[in-house]
Amino acid sequence: MSVDLAATLVVAIPLLSAGVLLLLGRRSDGFGHWLGVAASAASCVLSVLLLLSLLGSPAEDRSVGVHLFSWIPAGELSVDAGFLVDPLSVTFLILITFVGTLIHVYAVAYMEHDDDRRRFFAYLNLFVAAMLILVLADSYALLFVGWEGVGLASYLLIGFWNQRTDYAVAAKKAFVMNRVGDMGLLIGMGALFATVGSVEFDEVFAAVPGLSEGWLTAIGLALLLGACGKSAQFPLQAWLGDAMAGPTPVSALIHAATMVTAGVYLIVRSGPIFEAAPTAQLVVAVVGAVTLLFGAIVGCAKDDIKKALAASTMSQIGYMMLAAGLGPIGYAFAIFHLFTHGFFKAGMFLGAGSVMHGMNDEVNMRGFGGLSRYMRVTWITFGLGWLAILGIPPFSGFWSKDKIIEAAFVGEGWQPWVLGGAALIGAGITAFYMSRLFFMTFHGEPRFNDGKNDQPGPEQHPHESPALMTVPMIVLALGSAALGGVLMVGESFFHWLEPVTGHVEHHEPVVPVPVLIAATLVLVALGVFLAWRQYWAARVPVTAPAGSVLTRAARRDLYQDVVNEAVFARPGTHLVRTMTYADTAVVDGAVNGLGAGAVGWGERLRKVQNGFVRSYGALMAVGVVLVLVAVLATRI
Amino acid sequence: MFVAPHIEWAALTPVLILLGAAVIGVLVEAFVPRASRRLVQLALSALAVAGALVAVTWRWTVVQSSGPRELVAGALREDGPALLAQAVLLVLSLLALLVIADRSRGEDGFAPTAAAVPGSEYEDQARRAGLAQTEVFPLTMFAVTGMLVFPAAADLLTMFIALEVLSLPLYLLAGLARYRRLLSQEASLKYFLLGAFSSAFFLMGLALLYGYAGSVRLDELAVAVPAMAGMDGLLLAGSALVIVGLLFKVGAVPFHAWTPDVYQGAPTSVTGFMAACTKVAAFAALLRFVYVVTPGLTWDLAPFLWTVAILTMVVGTVLAIVQTDMKRTLAYSSVAHAGFLLLGVIALDERGIGGVIFYLLAYGLATVGSFGLVSLVRTKDADGNVTSEAGHLSEWAGLGRRSPVLAVSFALFLLSFAGIPLTAGFTGKFAVFSAAVAGGAWPLVVVAVLASAAAAFFYVRIIVLMFFTEPPVAEDGSSTTVVRTEGLTAVAVVVCAVGTVLLGVVPSAILAITAQASKFLL
Repeated sequence: MSVDLAATLVVAIPLLSAGVLLLLGRRSDGFGHWLGVAASAASCVLSVLLLLSLLGSPAEDRSVGVHLFSWIPAGELSVDAGFLVDPLSVTFLILITFVGTLIHVYAVAYMEHDDDRRRFFAYLNLFVAAMLILVLADSYALLFVGWEGVGLASYLLIGFWNQRTDYAVAAKKAFVMNRVGDMGLLIGMGALFATVGSVEFDEVFAAVPGLSEGWLTAIGLALLLGACGKSAQFPLQAWLGDAMAGPTPVSALIHAATMVTAGVYLIVRSGPIFEAAPTAQLVVAVVGAVTLLFGAIVGCAKDDIKKALAASTMSQIGYMMLAAGLGPIGYAFAIFHLFTHGFFKAGMFLGAGSVMHGMNDEVNMRGFGGLSRYMRVTWITFGLGWLAILGIPPFSGFWSKDKIIEAAFVGEGWQPWVLGGAALIGAGITAFYMSRLFFMTFHGEPRFNDGKNDQPGPEQHPHESPALMTVPMIVLALGSAALGGVLMVGESFFHWLEPVTGHVEHHEPVVPVPVLIAATLVLVALGVFLAWRQYWAARVPVTAPAGSVLTRAARRDLYQDVVNEAVFARPGTHLVRTMTYADTAVVDGAVNGLGAGAVGWGERLRKVQNGFVRSYGALMAVGVVLVLVAVLATRI
Repeated sequence: MFVAPHIEWAALTPVLILLGAAVIGVLVEAFVPRASRRLVQLALSALAVAGALVAVTWRWTVVQSSGPRELVAGALREDGPALLAQAVLLVLSLLALLVIADRSRGEDGFAPTAAAVPGSEYEDQARRAGLAQTEVFPLTMFAVTGMLVFPAAADLLTMFIALEVLSLPLYLLAGLARYRRLLSQEASLKYFLLGAFSSAFFLMGLALLYGYAGSVRLDELAVAVPAMAGMDGLLLAGSALVIVGLLFKVGAVPFHAWTPDVYQGAPTSVTGFMAACTKVAAFAALLRFVYVVTPGLTWDLAPFLWTVAILTMVVGTVLAIVQTDMKRTLAYSSVAHAGFLLLGVIALDERGIGGVIFYLLAYGLATVGSFGLVSLVRTKDADGNVTSEAGHLSEWAGLGRRSPVLAVSFALFLLSFAGIPLTAGFTGKFAVFSAAVAGGAWPLVVVAVLASAAAAFFYVRIIVLMFFTEPPVAEDGSSTTVVRTEGLTAVAVVVCAVGTVLLGVVPSAILAITAQASKFLL
């Protein structure tokens, strides 16, 4: 099969399936979910074929352009819709379709009792198609199509249970905050068109050397704004926690493994622009560092298992952003961490879903405890994910996160110390909050009414989930355990990405590598120990204690919503009110005045139209006389 | 000495086909049994119009390859604008013919026998006997023949004869409505009287121009214009009077007074035909006269033409806003459209010709389609008898819920009238207005855009009425209903709707053709 056809089909199949499911409606309720799974699986097979085809060609030929059609021919701007199949996009293809398919399978069982399961799968397929367009696009314009497509799918899925007002509000919040970021992407595209005259990747990157640094910085910052919105980076991160309103498979696929990493993809893909704009690049790294600490701190205080995982996602993407902001040295590490994170975080979300499944949709970890006895598979698979995110060798996260910490320590002046320090401390905090989550859920005494203890509340009977749910978890857990190590054999993953990220000479960090590894592991061990002492060895209170100032702040997402409310929402509301008033009084007033005037004149003119043919004749005669006078006046 | 003119029969085929069909149609009335008469007439007329359309297309290819030329000793011209206008005319005539021929509940829109006194016993008998006035078909064919000659007429006498040939059948057709016959007959008589009045002006202008140049041929007039010395009063007055005669036909203010009364009184299908096709023919003739004869008189005629254009746009729009009857609203809207079209005439820019013809096509499609739909919306009294058309706007309230397809297509035509992007109306307005700007008439364009904005008000008001207003409850128990038809109107409406969308979304193909027709043969 040719690359063209495979790349087209990989997008077309899930798109078609989504269309079929939405158009057939209830008629496809019986088989809809399996159609969705099949579409995603077909995409996965095609992605593997594309991967094999690229692996079969020499490294310098691993970039294939696929022209689809002439899309926007408009004067100077001519945009063709086309796909770019290269190692970077194929990496994403594999991640999206493989993890996506597993989550599809999981959702068949998870959503079994939902009347709208078919619609859910339609949206999931729609998301997969849009995400694939995003990563396959060969221009910013087509990327934007995918970008908006995943935004739409995310909105629809967060608000999937929109009969609950707060879920619908969460969906709207995610949508609106993403629009803020999209504005940045649009401005960036506009600036690119103004300066380069094109929005296609190859033409833009070829023109970068001829552009002034001012323009490049502006474009880079605009793109970063877009990335921040989509990837829940500071200061546009507030929506991610609320997005957990969506069904758990959605959280696993969209808000952990794939969509939220689109911002990292955008930065890495736009590498040549950031290379030439060091200021913008530094801002990327700083945003990443701030977010990774921000997310980690928030994660320490959340009692909702999904929100704690969401904070962790935010923090981990902060790591990727930090790496992407380090330049070519960090690109490959960012993508590597993105890839392994996609597996272990998706696995943990599915584990959380499995816990909720066994616990009547309870999400408060203070009501869990000791679940390892009841759900062995979930415990083990989650545990492998936990070890991976902690960065314990030889699990996946160790290989990828450690590389980022090392890279952050490369450089001169204050930067390696600040950025590297943040990454290092972040690793310790990560160990604390992830262990807290793991221990509170699976270890210690049960804090729910299991029929034998004297805990209040309804009696719970935790149980393991069906095979349709556990098998995907097991597969993802295998990935969490081994993927990082396997891909690191001979640094094969980095060589694979080299055609896109460029070859980088090895740089020595300011601190020797063994020291860094040791420091990281010590901090991680400290974090785990603190968590063990507080959440396993000691009794965990069922109701959250008041906590310190920091805890209270972290529980409220470090008051980001309050800041947004005060700085943007309220002035915005006032501005809109003022403008509405101006619109009513001035604009509408003018229009209404015009309308009233027209009606008044109309009523007067109407009297001329009295129905008598003699009056009409007279009108014509007067008209003719006036015409003749007007025409002949100049001649007399 | 009289020299027999050489007659180019091949180039005359479109006219000959239609004229032949009209004459045969008269014979059909005499010899074909009543039962099959309607079917024969319909087939004959439809085939003739379609055949003429094919012939016009053929002549277009001939003109494209071997250039325009004069026919019948200079009485006619075969050139791009003429053929293009004829093609538009024939397309619209064919669609209008379908609406005219359509029957709902076994009855067409015409009086069973036009000679009967309205409300008489005789009329009632004729209705019950199922009589039909199938003469409407030959009458329509005669009218189309006149319209076909009008745009090609190259001397003022031919133009005058074409004017009369197209007008007389229309006067008759206007008086044939099945319901509200007194209104219809009144409309017919008004139309006839005022038409005769305006013909007199045209003839007077013709005489004055002959007095000036010694010829009625447009090309010879054009040559004589620069030589005006001493007699320019004759030239100017003559030109102005001829233009007045043509402006009457297009319904420009202050020569528009007949429009609302006749549009309202005439059978709705005839109104659609008249509104669309007469306007095409008259504007094509007006374009030829203005572009061929008067370029040298621009400074003298401009105040007159500009005033008429502004008055037409403003009065048409303002009066449309205060109407309460659907057909009268559409009538005033057509007056306003005549004003917009005048911009392309005044532009005296090459692009104006193609722009006006495109506009005419867009306007004609929406007009035939919307009047076709108006003919289907009827009043139903408390006993369930379906009677005349639902004229009052309030009767259209809530139609969107009961007949969504009808309401959506009507809304589409209204949006096209209003010139909303992605409809044909927008493209047409854009073409004409940009030609006017190129011709230096930008103040007119400003007025036109403002008038379009105001006009959007009453179009959108009807849409709001159809979709967002509850239907009123009448005290006498009457209601509004949509009648089923044989389907001919449905076909015409669908074609009009598809055309309206296509011309709005992908206008480039037609625009490319109209752009080729940018020059008149002197």
